[in-house]
Amino acid sequence: MFSDPDIQKMIFGRLTLDAIPYHEPILVATFAAVAVGGLAVVALITYLKFWGPLWHNWVTSIDHKKIGIMYIILAIVMLLRGFADAIMMRLQQAIAFNGNEGYLPPFHYDQVFTAHGVIMIFFVAMPFVTGFMNFVVPLQIGARDVSFPFLNNFSFWMTTAGAIIVMLSLFVGEFARTGWLAYPPLSGAAYSPGVGVDYYIWGLQIAGVGTTLSGINLIATIVKMRAPGMTFMKMPIFTWTALCTNILIVASFPILTATLVLMTLDRYIGTNFFTNDLGGNPMMYVNLIWIWGHPEVYILILPAFGIFSEIVATFSSKRLFGYASMVYATCVIMVLSYVVWLHHFFTMGSGASVNAFFGITTMIISIPTGAKLFNWLFTIYRGRVRYDVPMLWTIGFMVTFTIGGMTGVMLAVPPADFVLHNSLFLIAHFHNVIIGGVLFGMLAGVNYWFPKAFGFKLDEFWGKMSFWFWLIGFYFAFMPLYVLGLMGVTRRVSQFEDPSLQIWFVIAAFGAVLIAIGIACFLIQLVVSFRRREELKDETGDPWNGRTLEWSTSSPPPQYNFAFTPIVYDHDGWYDMKERGYVRPLEGYIPIHMPKNTGMGAILAFFALICGFALIWYIWWLAAVTFVIMIGLGIWHTFNYDRDFHIPAEEVTAVENERTELLAKQV
Amino acid sequence: MSVTKIDTAEKPQFYLTEEHHPEGSTNLGFWLYIMSDCLIFAILFATYAVVGRNYAAGPSPADLFELPLVAVNTAMLLFSSITYGFAMLQMERGGKAETLFWLAVTAVFGAIFIGLELYEFVNLIHEGAGPQRSAFLSAFFTLVGTHGLHVTFGIVWLLTLMTQVAKHGLVPANKRRLMCLSMFWHFLDVVWIGVFSFVYLMGVVG
Amino acid sequence: MTTHSHTHDDHHGHSHDHHGHGGHEAAHGSFKSYMIGFVLSVILTAIPFWLVMADVFDSKSATVAAVMILGAVQIVVHMIYFLHMNTKSEGGWIMMAAIFTIVLVVICLTGSLWVMHHLNANMMTMSPEMMKNMP
Repeated sequence: MFSDPDIQKMIFGRLTLDAIPYHEPILVATFAAVAVGGLAVVALITYLKFWGPLWHNWVTSIDHKKIGIMYIILAIVMLLRGFADAIMMRLQQAIAFNGNEGYLPPFHYDQVFTAHGVIMIFFVAMPFVTGFMNFVVPLQIGARDVSFPFLNNFSFWMTTAGAIIVMLSLFVGEFARTGWLAYPPLSGAAYSPGVGVDYYIWGLQIAGVGTTLSGINLIATIVKMRAPGMTFMKMPIFTWTALCTNILIVASFPILTATLVLMTLDRYIGTNFFTNDLGGNPMMYVNLIWIWGHPEVYILILPAFGIFSEIVATFSSKRLFGYASMVYATCVIMVLSYVVWLHHFFTMGSGASVNAFFGITTMIISIPTGAKLFNWLFTIYRGRVRYDVPMLWTIGFMVTFTIGGMTGVMLAVPPADFVLHNSLFLIAHFHNVIIGGVLFGMLAGVNYWFPKAFGFKLDEFWGKMSFWFWLIGFYFAFMPLYVLGLMGVTRRVSQFEDPSLQIWFVIAAFGAVLIAIGIACFLIQLVVSFRRREELKDETGDPWNGRTLEWSTSSPPPQYNFAFTPIVYDHDGWYDMKERGYVRPLEGYIPIHMPKNTGMGAILAFFALICGFALIWYIWWLAAVTFVIMIGLGIWHTFNYDRDFHIPAEEVTAVENERTELLAKQV
Repeated sequence: MSVTKIDTAEKPQFYLTEEHHPEGSTNLGFWLYIMSDCLIFAILFATYAVVGRNYAAGPSPADLFELPLVAVNTAMLLFSSITYGFAMLQMERGGKAETLFWLAVTAVFGAIFIGLELYEFVNLIHEGAGPQRSAFLSAFFTLVGTHGLHVTFGIVWLLTLMTQVAKHGLVPANKRRLMCLSMFWHFLDVVWIGVFSFVYLMGVVG
Repeated sequence: MTTHSHTHDDHHGHSHDHHGHGGHEAAHGSFKSYMIGFVLSVILTAIPFWLVMADVFDSKSATVAAVMILGAVQIVVHMIYFLHMNTKSEGGWIMMAAIFTIVLVVICLTGSLWVMHHLNANMMTMSPEMMKNMP
């Protein structure tokens, strides 16, 4: 483009036209599909004249409910991408035998498994979890919003910016080929000179800022904003798990940030933290990243435990068995999760004494987790169980997760781990707990809280279809991997020599297809439910005969959540109110103090996105400019002192009267 | 269990009829941020502790560190801490001009600290002891540099707050912000105690 | 003072503000407490510098131990006199968060050192002297 390569380098860094993979048919087709889909969405929004509402009611919204919903939409969109990667890998492994190289060359295959891991953990599981906590926690504790509403909006957009960076790598340049934790020296400048690892680094760093801030926000919310009467031991169990999760987030994501900064310095300015020479130590990276990595596992699973606890109690029409022990178990897991990290690298060579310590602490964690399972079982025991979709997910979880937990204890035994580490057994184990635990929990949560968020229930039939395809598909997809792992097949391999293994991979691929059908059923469920929304309408605000405060509001709840702040006497606050003949107040409404919307969160995240992109491609001037703009805008934002307003009493009255009429129709 | 089943016939008040005022969350939230920052430093310290003696046949702390300079630097930071304390006391009394004066003094001390640190860094790099030389120097520059970046950010923030106090006076929002910056500033002090003890002094001892 | 009355007027406009304000009022120090903290920290800074620069102790480990202990004491002094930490502010959450963080810092530091020390001992048998000079 420019005759002088230096000028081009100054303007575009290392970004050239060659970075666009137009010679890769798969990627071109994907890009075409994304472009057509994107254009269709843009056209639809324009046709529906939705740009204004989109900006005013969603993008700039600081309403925790909308931010929670946006997080979950992000998670579902990214789930499709992550699953596309998964099914590509399953297909490749099912056919790449007997000299057949399959359709994915190693260069692509390595990017695919890295992207799959990164996306599923950081951009599916995390937004799901954060989304639920955002949506549910303020409602459960009787608050009007979170402690720092602007920060909440900013956190969401930073997470989205991180996701966009990872997605960009698909069409501009490449993604990391290092595995989801990017161990050096492979991820160092010497062995990964391209932009892949840089996409990884900046995608995670930008999203990490959002995650940490939202963690701080939610802890402050839970500690400070609870309704009067709600002491800690009267908090709903989901809120408890959310509290522990956010403590884990705030206390572990900085570790990830710092570790990635060290790797960034190694790559960008040539320091020697994790290099092989000049005194660097790659094993230190492994050590540090797992100090973050193990708590991260519990960040994902604890909220899922919370969701299941709520569902079990609601659908068994009983109080949760052992509420206090549930709380203590959650806290014990939270603390213990910091002293087990070495079990991820027993084979590194720290020796018997160190391995024994971490093996034992790991096994100890299974005790509080087991206690939780018994609590759920005893809650179901002699309850009037209703097998609605959320309850099905819960039961599916209890069976599946127990199997995953048991294989986990096997891996916690260092001698066994020496045999099984890095094998497909490990892959089967963590998918068993992450799908069977986290993902089932999230889908249960979607079915459970959907009527609260949108005012109509999800279609029962398609929900059940989705559940059964997921459950059966899961067993078909991952049980063969246990077998293969025991036979010694290692992970991250794209081609195989031994034809006798092929049948297992074919079964696993079949399972992946069943899961694909399960996901399709879930999407159909959303569409069908939307079309049948009048029939499925929830006018009571309490479709499941719920027990916690979120079910005391209308579905969807008004912007201010509660016209009057509730007073709580029991951890099943709403059930207690119903039992003791609570009468909904019909007058005396007062103006409600609320924070104002702001677009600053999205704008800052936009510049963070550009800045990250510039850093990835060494476009230094652009990185500097956007960084300065970000700081400047951040400072400018602090000069705005006028951040809240009052919803007038008349408006509250109008909204509440509407609900009164709806409720009157019920009787 | 603490949950008592009150007689169902009894109907307590289930909602507040007035506006609910939860306590302000800013202090706690900001403290949590500081704790998370503290963990970033913990990782940098841990890295220094693990690779800080890998000199790669290059210079060691005893060859490089000039303790008199570090002592002066430490003094600057300590002075800035007490002057920020004075600013807070003036803020409590409601003296806007005095608050601004002590904030300005704090910023000057902070700037001198940064200047001295940059001087030290430039000298080290001139001597061929840059961050690329060995794992020890990588860890040293990163740990001390991260602290320096925090101080720099603190100064920018301080100047912003001075503008805001000058413009809007000591309104509650500004007081709250000054309180947050106070925590941040004193926290950086605490980190610096770790740096001069663990990195400089113990490095020279060997 | 004019700023003071202004403060009160503002309470209704920014009702988030005055709650936080009331909460941390008790956490401020006085001139005396700041001065105590300052004098203590000057002393606690001067001693370790003197110990190292004047080479007071013969044994290295004694110096190291003294520097470590004085550093720890000074950190506590700063927390009490400058950060105004006590068990009551924010319902004890400030203290609880700090203790939790300290526990984690200790776990990260000692854990990393322990793990990496054993790794080096097992996988790379060499003396610390060799480590220093290894290219």
